[in-house]
Amino acid sequence: MSARQPSPDAPPPLDVHDLTVAYHKRPVLYGIDFQAPAGSLIGIIGPNGAGKSTLIKAVMDLLPTASGWVKIFGKPFKKAVTRVGYVPQRESVDWDFPVSALDVVLMGRYGRLGLLKRPRKKDRQIALDCLEKVKMRPYANRQISNLSGGQQQRVFLARALAQESDLYLMDEPFVGVDAATEAAIIDILRELQAQGKTLMVVHHDLTTAPKYFDRILLLNMRVVAYGSTDDVFTSENLQNAYGGRLNILTEVALERFKKKNEGDPKPAKGL
Amino acid sequence: MLRDQESGIRSQGGTWPPDASSPEPDQCSLGRKAEDSEPNIPRPQTSDLRPLQSTWLRPLLFFSLFTIHHSLFLSGAHAAKISDLTQTNWTDQALDFWSFQEPIVRTVVIGAALIGLCCGLLGSFLVVRKLSLLGDTLSHAVLPGVAMGFLWNQTKDPVAILIGATIAGVFGTVVVSWIKQTTHLKEDSAMAMVLAGFYGIGVCLTTMIQSQPTGDKSGLDKFFFGQAAALSGEDVVVIGIISAITLIIIALFYKEFLAISFDMGFSSAIGLPAKGLHYILMALLTFAIVVSLQAVGVVLVSALLITPAAAAYLLTDRLRSMLILSASFGIISGVLGAFISYLSTDIPTGPLIVIAATIIFTLAFFLGPRHGLLPKFIRRRRQRRRIGMENTLKAIFNLSEDDDFHSREFTLQALARARNTDLQEAEKEMTQLIRNEFAEAITTSHQLTADTQFRVTERGWLRSCEIVRNHRLWELYLSQAAHYAHDHVHDDAEEIEHILGEEIVQKIEDRLSNPHEDPHGRLIPTRQQTLG
Repeated sequence: MSARQPSPDAPPPLDVHDLTVAYHKRPVLYGIDFQAPAGSLIGIIGPNGAGKSTLIKAVMDLLPTASGWVKIFGKPFKKAVTRVGYVPQRESVDWDFPVSALDVVLMGRYGRLGLLKRPRKKDRQIALDCLEKVKMRPYANRQISNLSGGQQQRVFLARALAQESDLYLMDEPFVGVDAATEAAIIDILRELQAQGKTLMVVHHDLTTAPKYFDRILLLNMRVVAYGSTDDVFTSENLQNAYGGRLNILTEVALERFKKKNEGDPKPAKGL
Repeated sequence: MLRDQESGIRSQGGTWPPDASSPEPDQCSLGRKAEDSEPNIPRPQTSDLRPLQSTWLRPLLFFSLFTIHHSLFLSGAHAAKISDLTQTNWTDQALDFWSFQEPIVRTVVIGAALIGLCCGLLGSFLVVRKLSLLGDTLSHAVLPGVAMGFLWNQTKDPVAILIGATIAGVFGTVVVSWIKQTTHLKEDSAMAMVLAGFYGIGVCLTTMIQSQPTGDKSGLDKFFFGQAAALSGEDVVVIGIISAITLIIIALFYKEFLAISFDMGFSSAIGLPAKGLHYILMALLTFAIVVSLQAVGVVLVSALLITPAAAAYLLTDRLRSMLILSASFGIISGVLGAFISYLSTDIPTGPLIVIAATIIFTLAFFLGPRHGLLPKFIRRRRQRRRIGMENTLKAIFNLSEDDDFHSREFTLQALARARNTDLQEAEKEMTQLIRNEFAEAITTSHQLTADTQFRVTERGWLRSCEIVRNHRLWELYLSQAAHYAHDHVHDDAEEIEHILGEEIVQKIEDRLSNPHEDPHGRLIPTRQQTLG
């Protein structure tokens, strides 16, 4: 498969401008600005509660945003749904649910199928191929609770692969997986990248981050630093993200946000 | 019984819920004394303090007890029966019932079956989404709406009641999510409060209506504990329409409902109208509850939602078959409940339907092939027997090994000594081995003595080699790879030898580069030996 070469003036796969998200009147993200260039593998790094998952969810319209906008290939998310693949956190679902691994991967096809249409032979074949890619083909008919944590994570990845998207958003795909699965996942991510797809991956392990990603978004409620791994992954930036001097700014912003929202259950527009 | 008499409703007088032919319709509801002609008849206990239930198992238990309680104490009070005829014997009655000759039997059976179908289908989604308490909340929340629908044109008009109940149900769920969003109270507390609050309002409204002088109020009291026999043809038409809508929508949107039930976030992310689908499901649920109220009652309808689905959940691990099973269980419960109610002259239908569902759940709980207690017990026993046989075979291998593998024959006495047991026990073990063709007796006499000779069969020999191989390999693995002390490895190997599969044994052999001797210096049977 040849890598798709984006024309220089094509809109970027992901363009986030001044994005602010609030939960229960507390800002979780504010003023997020960045663009993801086509064919990049970007790690979203930051401490607990930095808003990494929130950013991904806000990009996909799963959370209401207080201000700012998101564009996927130059379009609002609703118009580019099929171009976005998603791997949620593994703990976000009940793994006792009565479905097989293949059923779960088939769900990746539902977005393209649209309402009322049933999965066809072709969709099943794609789902099986995706299971094969994550080396889970022999487990296709297992009920998902009979899979190990790493296998469950692979099934989630296979489901995203079945979406056949151009931009992938992955929430902690490396959490709770064995070393073999971690290596298998990173191989697949690199392969997707080689096909010209764009990937944004929430990651918590600082030791592997510079090895895995060519761009890094350091996040702590705001964008602390964003750019190529070499530029961003400096001790100073990490210090800033993980509890450095900018904490005061965060605190003040929080206070300001609270004041603005007093007596107003809806989040205010902007800060 | 004492609780019955102390309950708040009880104090409003013996006429609640009144019979259709209540002789004093113009009484004021407050402060009324029990002037019923049968003052000693126990009343349904409607002011039950219901515990918070976060799982479906607890409500199940609760409902079974509750149902039994009510079916015992309600009897005779005001129970309309499907058949008021005093038939000669129950076989005639049964024949009568299953021939569906009487129109009322037909109405009730169709109504009960359709209710079971609807509740079974929709309840499955509640169970897999861990929303069991929602069914309970909705069923209680609709009660004020039932009363309002009744007040609207002063008769038991099914359509008006359906509309009123739906509005109340939707309002109830809105209140729940409103509480959840604006406070830091969790959903279960919000649901429990709405459930109780709405039910309280409903009980007051219904009681007030009952005491009004005008209108045809017959059947309103049935909404509390249900009376399938009170279903009219009109009711069954409404039930039929709702069932058809439910079936069609679930069939059409099965894929979507599966997706949102498993992973709401992902479903939205791929562009499915997840929220809309959720509300459609909730609307169907409200309809199903409302049409079930008359037959099963406010208090028991959530059992009909959860119990068949819970039974199905124990029996299968695919949503599709769970839906089919759950719907079937619902139908069976409905028809069975109606049938038993027809046979016995004074037990109302609703509680019987729920008891039938609970019996199905109990059967699934004990007999279900995967999670049932009995199959688990049998599997464990079979396993224990297998381990016992394997231990005997191992002893036989050791006997032969002591003899430098010259012979595969041995006496009962020798085996008993090797197994460190008495002759009687050794005889039992040998009987077991012979039955499984692992060994055979050489002597022709039927009388077994200490000197009776046995020979291990080829099959038995291979198996014994396999066990010994597992045992010694595992000992070696523990001492070499896991650095256990030599005298620590035996007990562990005693257990592991019975569960090691060929695949793992191969891995261990590779890891130890095909060893020949165990840590105690004894030979390890080779793979070729175990394969014959």
